[in-house]
Amino acid sequence: MDYGHSDRPAGAAPLPTAIKILVAGGFGVGKTTMVGAVSETRPLRTEEVLTESGVGIDDLSGVEDKTTTTVAMDFGRITISDDLVLYLFGTPGQDRFWFVWDELALGAIGAVVLADTRRLSDCFPSIDYFEGRGTPFVVAVNCFPGARQYRLDEVQVALNLDPGVPVLLCDARQRQSSKEVLVTLMEHALKTREARRRAAVGD
Amino acid sequence: MTVEGESADQLWVDDHAGPVVRPYAVTRGRARPVTGTFDLISLVTATRAEVAPEVGLGPEHLAIVGLCQRIQSVAEIAAHLDLPVGTVRVLLGDLAARSLVQVREPQTTAGVPDNSIFEAVINGLRAL
Repeated sequence: MDYGHSDRPAGAAPLPTAIKILVAGGFGVGKTTMVGAVSETRPLRTEEVLTESGVGIDDLSGVEDKTTTTVAMDFGRITISDDLVLYLFGTPGQDRFWFVWDELALGAIGAVVLADTRRLSDCFPSIDYFEGRGTPFVVAVNCFPGARQYRLDEVQVALNLDPGVPVLLCDARQRQSSKEVLVTLMEHALKTREARRRAAVGD
Repeated sequence: MTVEGESADQLWVDDHAGPVVRPYAVTRGRARPVTGTFDLISLVTATRAEVAPEVGLGPEHLAIVGLCQRIQSVAEIAAHLDLPVGTVRVLLGDLAARSLVQVREPQTTAGVPDNSIFEAVINGLRAL
């Protein structure tokens, strides 16, 4: 990779604004695949090391002699314009890493919950989490070859979703399909924001 | 360990070798940055094209300055240097305290009065 010095005088231009969207769902549902499908670079991996300060939050039962844990997150980047950069973070799949979720969800514009109809319950914790936090989210059903196709309203009922939450089919490997999921999420997040604002004014 | 004449890539970006030094050795035992919070998507840019080695700056500091000739997020710096995010935060704090990097904390949409960011992202995604 080329990290050579650019001609741009360092620090001369104002720095762009960064925003983030989360991609959540169960293990192996295609989170990193979706991040990679739309990212302008291959997905990068960053690690947080959980040390003593986090031990009280993390349930280490069964591994008491383990003092540090590493949580990996895959992420990608989409440069929207000179002054706006969008980051997509795949959330760590295991429930025991909620503390990382809190950091990730802070300031996130919204979340994509990826679902696999063969293991629908795997996305329950993600849905509960975003509902609880009030983070706008959409459910994208990743269409795995060979999996039985369900109607979207069946998925909506099975997940006991608020009728306002968009549910759509996608192919996380496809850039176009993943893009559509993100656009749907952004439109939903905008709608949610306006509804909340109206509610606040109405009170 | 010397950085002169050796690129940061050669030192750190070998996935198979893994980190050469334990993360806490890189920060000399410090767990928190001297200044700043450094969100994962805080954007960082170097204020100088090059920084000469000086007391208190290790090769990882210089590698960050090299990387941040282009704007990078904290998460990207950590990924490229193959260091944990917490370690990178400490190093960035050292650099920020010396004004060697400029940092922009991320935008929270709650603080933005209009919908321009949403519209820009929707249009930008459609144009991809």
